[in-house]
Amino acid sequence: MRAVVLDHETDWDGWREATRALVLAGVPPDAIHWNVAGEAEDLYAERAPLPDAKGSFNVLRALVQLAQLAIQARDPERFALLYRLVWRAHQGERHLLEQAADPEVARANRLALSVRRDSHKMRAFLRFRAVDDPEGARYVGWFEPEHYVLEANALFFAERFGSLCWSVLTPYRSAHWNGSALSLGPGAQPSQVPDDDALEGYWRSYYASVFNPARLNPRAMASEMPRKYWRNLPEAAAIPDLIRSATGRVEAMLEQELRPPDQMPLGPVRARSSETGPQAPETRLGQAAQKASHCRACHLWERATQTVFGEGPADAQIMLIGEQPGDQEDLIGRPFVGPAGRLMDRALEEAGIDRRSVYVTNAVKHFKFEPRGKRRIHQKPEGPEILACKQWLDVERTEVRPLLMVLMGATAARAVIGRAVTIGRERGRRIALGAESALVTVHPSYLLRLPDEASKAREYRAFVADLTRAREIASELAAAK
Amino acid sequence: MKVTNKLRILADAAKYDASCASGGAGRDGFGNSAGICHAYTPDGRCVSLLKILLTNFCIYDCLYCINRKSSNVPRARFTVEEIVRLTLGFYRRNCVEGLFLSSGIIRNPDYTMEQIVEVARILRQQHGFRGYIHLKTIPDADPALLAEAGKYADRLSLNIELPSKESLARLAPEKDHLRIRRSMGRMRTQIEVSQGKNAPPFAPAGQSTQVIVGADRSSDRGILGISADLYASYGLRRVYYSAFSPIPDASDALPPRPAPLLREHRLYQADWLLRHYGFKLNEIETGADGNLNLEIDPKLAWALANQAAFPLDVNRASREALLRVPGLGVRTVERMLQARRHHRIRLQDLSRLRVPIRKVRPFVITPDHRPRPADTRTLLASLGGPGQRDLFAG
Repeated sequence: MRAVVLDHETDWDGWREATRALVLAGVPPDAIHWNVAGEAEDLYAERAPLPDAKGSFNVLRALVQLAQLAIQARDPERFALLYRLVWRAHQGERHLLEQAADPEVARANRLALSVRRDSHKMRAFLRFRAVDDPEGARYVGWFEPEHYVLEANALFFAERFGSLCWSVLTPYRSAHWNGSALSLGPGAQPSQVPDDDALEGYWRSYYASVFNPARLNPRAMASEMPRKYWRNLPEAAAIPDLIRSATGRVEAMLEQELRPPDQMPLGPVRARSSETGPQAPETRLGQAAQKASHCRACHLWERATQTVFGEGPADAQIMLIGEQPGDQEDLIGRPFVGPAGRLMDRALEEAGIDRRSVYVTNAVKHFKFEPRGKRRIHQKPEGPEILACKQWLDVERTEVRPLLMVLMGATAARAVIGRAVTIGRERGRRIALGAESALVTVHPSYLLRLPDEASKAREYRAFVADLTRAREIASELAAAK
Repeated sequence: MKVTNKLRILADAAKYDASCASGGAGRDGFGNSAGICHAYTPDGRCVSLLKILLTNFCIYDCLYCINRKSSNVPRARFTVEEIVRLTLGFYRRNCVEGLFLSSGIIRNPDYTMEQIVEVARILRQQHGFRGYIHLKTIPDADPALLAEAGKYADRLSLNIELPSKESLARLAPEKDHLRIRRSMGRMRTQIEVSQGKNAPPFAPAGQSTQVIVGADRSSDRGILGISADLYASYGLRRVYYSAFSPIPDASDALPPRPAPLLREHRLYQADWLLRHYGFKLNEIETGADGNLNLEIDPKLAWALANQAAFPLDVNRASREALLRVPGLGVRTVERMLQARRHHRIRLQDLSRLRVPIRKVRPFVITPDHRPRPADTRTLLASLGGPGQRDLFAG
């Protein structure tokens, strides 16, 4: 039996160096007895210098991380257990941590979990008190950890409270931060922490006030904040009283006489003008937009963010009509501002049309979608929805009286022409609708959905050609007027 | 009025908001953790932030709210400086992760929002405060103030309050669900813009909302549908469900009795299945009234209703299938997938992975176990036991 003596309870460097040398020298786990300096040593173990083993070897990072946690556990067997794992990894069981059900792996995982929990509780339940020092305020806290977690947590506190000076005292060691450097000292006594400061009184009142007696559940509290921590928590003194009085407080609330409100509610708060949309509110289009923002003619309003009314000059020669707003349009409240809108803008420019000169709208003015996780999937509007929304498109057509309506996609074509339209057959030419004229083309989002670049490019050119044709038709119609 | 008294009144007034998370912040590369609960109150709730109102004076009359205009609760108002001092004091004593600030509406929405933003600005700019800041926003306030709030806050939130527009109109006459949604849409847009390269930060911990359960007749199915829409539409980090709780000086338009806390718990479980376990809304089992079963959790309810999908061989089933087994969580499933690359998983291995054996027995096959009908009976009998119920007793 060979004895290895580590400097202190969390002597990671000592353990690692000993493990490296002993594994390389082929010393099996059962032949080593691990000690910490100052403990009673095993009489039968022989204290020998580490074997002079040159070289190094690698173990998986996950094993190093597990060992760094588990070595903080208050368990005298941990050094041997971790040595055994490294030994096995070196013997060829490189992926042994993946076997979470292996008894030794499971035990190390349990230790690491317990350390992580204790560490977390220290970050949560340590309380500082302020002390007035000649050099400025200092914060001192006392904590009794279950494991040896002070050293690792001191780095956390240094990061968090880097600009303050603080000391954390525990029974086994203490840590001090002077604003720039960390130092470790011996264990301490609770009496070394100063008396409470004024803020602590505020904290106790706060704690008592946020408790809702109607939800009393002391077991849930105790499972997250076990009793052993209470004696060092200033707010915990109030717990028994809060629990005792809770039932009475709730009964008083339930038995109180129900009363009608003392005063009549105020009227609704008025909407800001910026929320009535881009149309000037005094025009008839503006009034229609305002009315449409409360439209409930079909059920789509229930799930959408807002009505997306058309926009553009009231005397536009061309009116572009799409299917319905998409995700971005629904959020922003304006038509064709998402990916399809940007593609359309580019095509308009290439066709020689200034977007600011045309009126842009949709057949349906609410976004229809299905939620899928964090995204909304577009759904095609159906007949009744198109029909319900026709009233708004009709107002836009009557008010703008465009020379030409460009119907993008089947839904727009159907809404305006009143029948199902095969776009491939009827696209790119003037369709007379009584006194009005229309031209059918694809919806820009169709171009976005095409799978390959070649067909994308081809279809985009056809779309630009249709828009160019629309511009020509509109100027012919303007000239004939 | 003394600060202690203000603190009592304004903390009491803020406690009906359920959100307490303080994780996911990314300020100065620090924080990025899950957030810390620094204490638990005897209701089992986490105290992570100094959660207070700037004031509980309010010109609105939301009937479910303790601070409504027509309530006779004592009123108080903090100065901006007082909140700053309390936040710094508690933070430095390691009592909180930061501040959650909300307010009654005083004078008008813009004035109130300005005060809220001012607290956050002073904390960040004058004191270099690096803790967490969650600001409740006001849907009617100027969008420019919202943009300002996002510069200093880690998280912004806006409560949808009631699951249906009708209830909102009835119980919160001054609130407008359309305006709430537009504000949420605006926040999502700004949050997305801030995630671009070199963009200034805007609410790095995202936005959340709260819905009150049991103050109206909305069913659980309806509520979960609304949550699904909200997650998809506005990229919310969380929807908090808050069981309606009686308040002092209540209005007679409200139910006189609290909603069972277990209902809130079941909603969270179902919400989790939808977001992390690949369940679809129509796979959540509800009764004829559209409500979740209070006796058993929604995953077990699904498994019992879909027994044809079981038993599963844990050594062959896919990740997706394993996630559907009652008692197996996301982490456990990952560990099982790793472990079975090396050896076949037996029932005893599952117990080393801390799997509740009684719960999984009816649903899994291992080399040393095949389920028998008795396993299901034992499981169901165990759920009727007092231990299970007490945990959530209202």
